Amino acid sequence: MHALVFIKQVPDASQVRVNYETGTLIREGVPAILNPFESHAVEEAVKLREKHGGKVTVITMGPPQATEALKECLSRGADKAYLLSDRVFAGSDTLATSYALFEGAKKIIELEGEVDLFFTGKQAIDGDTAQTGPGIATRFDIPLVTYLIKLDEVNFEEKRAVATRLTEFGQETLQVPLPALFTVEESLNELSHSPLPWLIKAARSKIEKLSGENINLDLEQCGLKHSPTKVKKAFTPEKRQRGETLTGSVEELVQKTSDILIPFLNKDL
Amino acid sequence: MGKTIDLTEKDHEISRYKNIWVFIEQTNGIANPVSFELLTKARELAKQLDCHVGAVSIGRSVSHLAKEVFRFGADKFYLVEDEIFKDYRTEPFRDTLSGLVRKNKPEIFLIGATTQGRDLSGTVATELKTGLTADTTKQEIDPQTGMLLMTRPTFGGSLMATIVCPKHRPQMSTVRPGVFKAIPVEHPKEGEIIRGKTNLTEAQIVKKILKKVVSSEGNINLGFYDVIVAGGKGMGNKDNFNMIKELAEVLGGTWAGSRKAVELGYIPQTRQVGQTGQTVHSKLYIACGISGAIQHLVGMQTSDVIISVNTDKDAPVFDVSTYCIVEDAIKFIPKLIAELKKQKLTPVNNEQ
Repeated sequence: MHALVFIKQVPDASQVRVNYETGTLIREGVPAILNPFESHAVEEAVKLREKHGGKVTVITMGPPQATEALKECLSRGADKAYLLSDRVFAGSDTLATSYALFEGAKKIIELEGEVDLFFTGKQAIDGDTAQTGPGIATRFDIPLVTYLIKLDEVNFEEKRAVATRLTEFGQETLQVPLPALFTVEESLNELSHSPLPWLIKAARSKIEKLSGENINLDLEQCGLKHSPTKVKKAFTPEKRQRGETLTGSVEELVQKTSDILIPFLNKDL
Repeated sequence: MGKTIDLTEKDHEISRYKNIWVFIEQTNGIANPVSFELLTKARELAKQLDCHVGAVSIGRSVSHLAKEVFRFGADKFYLVEDEIFKDYRTEPFRDTLSGLVRKNKPEIFLIGATTQGRDLSGTVATELKTGLTADTTKQEIDPQTGMLLMTRPTFGGSLMATIVCPKHRPQMSTVRPGVFKAIPVEHPKEGEIIRGKTNLTEAQIVKKILKKVVSSEGNINLGFYDVIVAGGKGMGNKDNFNMIKELAEVLGGTWAGSRKAVELGYIPQTRQVGQTGQTVHSKLYIACGISGAIQHLVGMQTSDVIISVNTDKDAPVFDVSTYCIVEDAIKFIPKLIAELKKQKLTPVNNEQ
C-alpha cells in the first residue's frame, strides 16, 4: 500500500487579525499550522498502513518554512515527506497549484512507486477554495471522492475502495477503482497520539526537497504569471459593530425578541 | 499515467466567447434554488454585456425544468439527458459539461457553491484550463474592460478579495447559495431548448454508487438555511439542546452548534459551525450559550442578523451581534418558543 497525502501549511486563520486602517491582514506572530483537515488525511493514511503494511508519503508545495508542517506529518506517522519549493511557484492560483503538485506527485511515483490512494483535506482554512484536490484528480484522470467521512473498505488485490462521502442531502457510499483521490472531512477519524518511536523517527527524518531542477516542469503553467486568476484587489469588509443590547426581565426580553423574529415567523406561515 | 493539460495552448481569441451560462443543479429532477438565484444575476450581467443567458443541465430527466429556467430569465436551455446521469457523479458530469462549454464557448459560467457545485467546478475548470473563483458573494462587470469582477471572502471572512480572470475563458465562478435573490421575469418567453447527447455508457464509468442515505439528523449543508439556531457549551447538556432544535423548527430553520458543543457530545461534528466546521451566512443566526471563540465567529459573522444569548455580558459573540441578550439561554429559549408559538397561531396583520 502506498498512500500520498497532499498537505498545506496555513496561517491559523483564527489568529489572523485585520488592520482596519490599512485594510490588510496582520500576519505577524500568527502561527503557521498544518491545515486541520490534512491532519485527518494523514491519520487515515497511517491507519491504512498500520492495517495493510506499506508506506505513507506526504508532499506540500510551499516556502522552506513549510518543513514544519511536513515534520508534523512525520510525527503523525508518515514515512517520508517531500517539500516542493521553488520561486517559480510563487503566486500560483489553484490551477497552477494543482499543476505543480501533479508534477511533484509524478516525481514521487517515479521515486517511491505507484500510489494507491491520494488524500488531501476537503479545503484549506486560509483560502477555503476546495479546488486543489479536484484539480489533481482531474490531471491524473482518476476518480475523485470529495467530503470523505468513511473509508468503508480498501481491497488492494482487486484495486478498489468503498467510501462514504457527504452530499447535500445526507451521504452516499461509492465504489471506485484505485488509484483514486479523496478529500477528507474532519469527522473521518479521531486524531490519535503518536507513539514515542514515531516521534523519535520523525525528529531524525530529513525532508526530501523537490524543485524545478529535479522535477519535470512546464514553466508556462507555473506561478503568478501563468495563473488564470489574478487578485485585483483585497480589502477588509466593514467591521461588524456590537449591536443593541436588549434589557428587561426575561418576559420583556422574550417580548422584544419575539417582535424581532416575527418577520421570520411570517415567512413560514 | 495522467492526461496532458496544456495551459500553453491559450485561446487568444477570447472574443469568440460570448454569453453567460448558469449550471442548473438538480437532484432527482428537482432543481436547486441557487440555480434560479444565479439566473437572476446572470440576467443583470447579460444586460450589461448585451448577450444572452444560457442555462445548462445534465440528468436522467431535466427537460421538465425548462419552464422554470425560462421563467427565471434564461434565453436558451442546453440539456443532456441520459440514464447514466441518474445520480450525480463527478467524472461523467465533468466530461459532459466540459464538452458543452468547449462547443458553445460561454464567456462567463456560474455554478452554485453547493457540495455538488464545488465538487464539479474544480474538475471542470481544470479540464478547461481556465480560472475558477470559489464561493463568491459578489459579481459585477468592470465597465472598462467588460471583465467579470468576482469578490469572495477569504480567511474566514476577515478579508475580501476581488478576483479577475483576464486571459482565459470562460470566467468561472461558484456563488454561495442565498447571496442573490431569485426573481422571475415579468413576461417570460419560451426560450430555445438545445438537446445534447452523450457517448458515455455505464460500462465506461468506473465510479459506482452503492448506497444513498438521506438524513435530516446528521449530515447537512447548513449553507442552505436562511435561519440557523446554534447552541454551545452554555446549553449545559444534550437534553437542553432539544430546545435549540425546537426553536429552529418554530422558525422554519435548522440547528447547529459550536465546536464545544461537538466536544461535549451535544451535537454531531457535521452540525458544527466555525473554522473546522461549516461557514454559514444565514439571514438570521441565533447563538445560544456560545461565548464566541474566534474560530466560531469566522464561521457565522457574515450572517445578516445575529441574535446572541449569553450570561456573560462581555462574551466576544456580542461583538458581532445585531441584538445582544444577556440572559441564561436555558431559561430564555423555552419562553421564547412559547411566545413564538402563540404568535404563529394569531392571525397575522401582514403589513411589515
